[in-house]
Amino acid sequence: MLLTVSTTHRPATDLGYLLVKHPDRVHRFDVPTGTAYVLYPEATEQRCTAALLLDVDPQRLRGRHDAFALGQFVNDRPYAASSLLAGALAKVFRSALRGASKDRPELVTTALPLQIRVPVLRGSTELATSLFEPLGWSVTATPIPLEPSLGGDSHYVDLELSGELPLSAALNHLYVLLPVLDDAKHYWVAPDEIDKLLRSGAGWLATHPEKVLIARRYLVHKRTLTTTALQMLEGEEAAEPPADEEAELPVVRRQSLAEQRREAVLAALTEAGATRVLDLGCGGGALLTALLKDKRYTEVVGTDVSARALEIAARRLRLDRMPERQRDRLKLWQSALTYRDDRLRGYDAAVLMEVIEHVDPPRLPALEASVFGHARPGLVVVTTPNAEYNVNYPGLTGLRHSDHRFEWSRAEFAAWASHVAGTYGYAVSLRPVGEVDEATGSPTQLALFTLVPAEVTA
Amino acid sequence: MIDIPELALVALVGISGSGKSTFARAHFTPTQVLSSDYFRGLVADDENDQSASADAFEALYFVAGKRLAAGRLTVVDATNLQPHGRAELVRVAREHDVLPVAIVLDVPEALAWERTEARADRGFGRPVLSRMHRDLRRTLGSLSREGFRKVHVLRGPDEIAAAEIRYDKLFNDKRELTGPFDIIGDVHGCRAELETLLERLGYTLIRDESARPVDAVHPAGRQAIFVGDLVDRGPDSPGVLRLVMGMVAAGHALCVPGNHEQKLARKLNGRNVQLTHGLPETLDQLALEPPAFVEAARAFIEGLVSHYVLDEGKLVVAHAGLKEAYQGRASGRVRSFALYGETTGETDEYGLPVRYPWARDYRGSAAVVYGHTPTTKPEWINNTICLDTGCVFGGALTALRWPSRELVTVPAEREYYAPVRPLAPAERPDDGLDIADVTGRRHLDYGYGRVTVAAENAAAALEVMSRFALDPEKLVWLPPTMAPCSTSVLDGYLEHPATALDDLRQAGAERVVCEEKHMGSRAVVRVSRSGAGDAIWTRTGRPFFGAELDGQLLARVRAAAGGIFDELESDWLLLDAELLPWSAKAAGLIRERYAGVGAAGRAALPAALDVVDRVATRGLDVAGLRDRLALRSAEIDGYSAAYRAYVKPTDGLTGVTLAPFAVLAGAGVSYADRDHGWHLALADKLVAADPSLFTPTRRMIVDLGDPAAEAAATEWWLELTATGGEGMVVKPWGGLKAVDAKGRLIQPGVKCRGREYLRIIYGPEYTRPEQLGRLRKRNLGRKRNMALREHGLGLAALDRLAEGAPLWRRHELVFAILAIESEPVDPRL
Repeated sequence: MLLTVSTTHRPATDLGYLLVKHPDRVHRFDVPTGTAYVLYPEATEQRCTAALLLDVDPQRLRGRHDAFALGQFVNDRPYAASSLLAGALAKVFRSALRGASKDRPELVTTALPLQIRVPVLRGSTELATSLFEPLGWSVTATPIPLEPSLGGDSHYVDLELSGELPLSAALNHLYVLLPVLDDAKHYWVAPDEIDKLLRSGAGWLATHPEKVLIARRYLVHKRTLTTTALQMLEGEEAAEPPADEEAELPVVRRQSLAEQRREAVLAALTEAGATRVLDLGCGGGALLTALLKDKRYTEVVGTDVSARALEIAARRLRLDRMPERQRDRLKLWQSALTYRDDRLRGYDAAVLMEVIEHVDPPRLPALEASVFGHARPGLVVVTTPNAEYNVNYPGLTGLRHSDHRFEWSRAEFAAWASHVAGTYGYAVSLRPVGEVDEATGSPTQLALFTLVPAEVTA
Repeated sequence: MIDIPELALVALVGISGSGKSTFARAHFTPTQVLSSDYFRGLVADDENDQSASADAFEALYFVAGKRLAAGRLTVVDATNLQPHGRAELVRVAREHDVLPVAIVLDVPEALAWERTEARADRGFGRPVLSRMHRDLRRTLGSLSREGFRKVHVLRGPDEIAAAEIRYDKLFNDKRELTGPFDIIGDVHGCRAELETLLERLGYTLIRDESARPVDAVHPAGRQAIFVGDLVDRGPDSPGVLRLVMGMVAAGHALCVPGNHEQKLARKLNGRNVQLTHGLPETLDQLALEPPAFVEAARAFIEGLVSHYVLDEGKLVVAHAGLKEAYQGRASGRVRSFALYGETTGETDEYGLPVRYPWARDYRGSAAVVYGHTPTTKPEWINNTICLDTGCVFGGALTALRWPSRELVTVPAEREYYAPVRPLAPAERPDDGLDIADVTGRRHLDYGYGRVTVAAENAAAALEVMSRFALDPEKLVWLPPTMAPCSTSVLDGYLEHPATALDDLRQAGAERVVCEEKHMGSRAVVRVSRSGAGDAIWTRTGRPFFGAELDGQLLARVRAAAGGIFDELESDWLLLDAELLPWSAKAAGLIRERYAGVGAAGRAALPAALDVVDRVATRGLDVAGLRDRLALRSAEIDGYSAAYRAYVKPTDGLTGVTLAPFAVLAGAGVSYADRDHGWHLALADKLVAADPSLFTPTRRMIVDLGDPAAEAAATEWWLELTATGGEGMVVKPWGGLKAVDAKGRLIQPGVKCRGREYLRIIYGPEYTRPEQLGRLRKRNLGRKRNMALREHGLGLAALDRLAEGAPLWRRHELVFAILAIESEPVDPRL
């Protein structure tokens, strides 16, 4: 992987002094990820280019985790600029990065005409532009195409920057933003990474419009690290004028659709007087949290087909620290709605909140049989998107979520609900959830199924 | 002589020092005996710690319950002098529907005291023993009242020493009778139809002087079994009784009682019963019979056993069916279930009780044959079948031949009785799957081996299965993973035909077929003449391109397979194939991963070479670096060529082809035992039928003793792989069921992948000597083991499909294959 820095400052060869690398020699450094070279393909009075070339040794990257199972062996690390190159840059150009120069101290803070090229870098033209342009660069980021037989572009760009900036500023920009564009780190990110970010970001990051994205990606999406870093950046900004007074006034926050949906479901459960409740397809447990807060629910069961979702729910509910009495009210079970599950029998109510649309239509009868036929709670609350409403979402094409197998119109949902109710002996009523649009209805639709008591033989 | 049932909970009763433990040691095996002393030791480290008694007994009852649930005789060695303790034992016995039995050891108090004093560890005084003795006297009077079905009292040391235990078989235990049987559904007084049916089944009717049938004999010694409800509603209940009673008396038939017999007997015993549901007709008919016959009928019914376990435990007959936990057990509720089945407590719109669909939940290995609920067509549901085809309502009288499972039906001569609920094709209770069929840690013994599926792997598979896979009813088989051949040590090669062929030779194969390995997406295709139930799925059970395109593809396969349906006389086929090109299904993966890396490399390396070349023109020495970059550049080009070979333009189905290589199954048959010549010949016929849809599989047959053939195969492989081929799969010629010298399944195939192809697996640079050296240490054991387990499960799934096993039995195997696939294994293998 490669980056080149060129200048047309006179004499251009001063670049060698600033980088502390003589233009007429081949500089070779052993770095943890391979061998780094500093080379000068041109070094004249008029123009001087320094190239940092990292010959990556893939064997030294073993053990690096990647979502793609084969990624350990088939990956772009030897080719694309990334934290590997940033790491080499920090090692090889240490003093230049710090803004120190023994031989040309006067040039350290001087804006020089610079051109930088990173021939292969993960990222999009838009992102590269939004990251570098606010820093005073004029940016050309050309997407690298895939082969013609596949057509289209790869996820890489050929990045060219030009501008008049001090060299140390340019190097710090690259040091921070190369891994940000690559969106990965080849090493374990510890809290000291915040210091590195703030040190290299000094003077420009706090006012960068994309600082949140930069901090988040630089700190590999670790939430606590990102928050700390951003708070520390805010501190830098403290000198800014106070925000205008209007912002101090309490704002009537608009309820999100998810909240409205939860409230509608809770209202239905309350009306029915349910106390032992199943949340089928509980996901991360947002509804479970609400149910547990309310003492009237003596038993709350969350099920999901994904063991991972249940782990997240357990973590979010702080299950391991929950008081015993509270803990006894809650059960989290892995279950699949297309299989009968005896554990789910005998409850007052079951909630299927935004669940059915994740089931392939041919499998819905199995879900119906297991919920309405087998588990057979007194009340079943089903919510699902109203497809008609989708026209009110600007820019939405297709379905609301990539895993939705279908989204129904009001008529389709009503037909399904009445079919299910008829088959399994339930009465059904439908309700809108969320702001109702006159033409297209509400964003979410809710069906309330009530078990019609069968005649019981003496 | 002490008679106790083979399966019972035996309570030894006696004071301390009465010799209970000695008696238990003499007559039972150590594991049959649960001693309270021992359990006190387990929970409290002290056998005499009376404060631990409550915990000790709790543990004892728990273990007793586990033993009884498994059908094991259990003896409780405790004083059992307290009513509440005995009540617990009766409860545990009843919970598992076994008989509680008491054996009382009654010795003189003086003798017991002598023995107690001789033991160092007993620290209580004579008054305690005296109190025990008083308790024993009280106990003796109340044991049978407390629910103990048999109470044996042994008085004095001599009687105790002389006692012998004799085991009684339960009345319902007829496992020694292996048939063949003809099991006959509800007759309800339809004597004429019964005669016709018996004759059709090959029985000769024997008649009395009035020409009334009194027995029926089968020349081959077959035995009839009646599922009950011989009487009521129909025209000649006495005639039916006469015939069946004769057959039973002569040993030509067995009979279990139905609820109608039960009610008739109660009436004949003078009890007050409602005269409904056809009982009045029977009483009227019986009124014309001599009292002796009526009395004989009453005695016959009284003597009937509620259910039978037959044919080494493979067959259970009960009037209304019987769930697994009740089979071979004896209790009031077992009898009640056998007679009436399980009801939900609700009634339907006709006022008839709603029956609980116990058959849907049935997971037992014994086939359960029953009647009781009229249906129009008997159907197997989870290895159970109802034979009541409503003869008296104008339906038919049905027999099931055992073990052939053939149905024989005689239509009713007319409707004798109007049904309350119209006789309709019974709504087939859904035999839907229970989550307990697949989740948790599961041990499967599938006939070709045994596997344990870890709970976490089952959990992972559950998600895939229920969120992405096809309906389990359709998903009848999944392809096993395939292990690569042993690692080659030949220069420059990680895999090579020499080791692949040697692997098969080591496994005992004499002849193999080398099949071109298509690089696409594995596809399993179920296709039928009618198109009903057809599907195509991936190696993880997902549909391919969505309902519409999959449907079009299947229609084309169906059209091409016409000749094969005829040839194999099967209305449907299960094909194992590869769908080509790879890019048709994996375009996203290729773009995101393989091609992205290629594009990055092809952009980065020339740029770097350009820099280095310009540095060189400035007179600096960068030759070594340049060589390394040039090599990398060549490697990334090789890598790019490797995946590019599998990218072909497709538009919808245009450009998509299937390369079939095995016909796995057809209606009622698994073709796993056919050799690959047979499979490939059929594949060739498909190719011939529609050359634009099907891609042929190139192959070479190699006799492993022939070095020239091996050399030719190597040559062929080199050629295939040099022109972009992935490689080959070497399979034992004998087919999917090939075994080694010890009769164990061998790998159904090993893959031998091309040198260039492997760049997309092991990375562009893997051919460098130092990398190859490292990669040669790859461990194949786990992958091979996985492949073999999945293969065996798949074979068993094909067998169960062929024999029409219940859905849960088929699905548990397919599910296990998917679960094993989530075991962590080196993805490059």
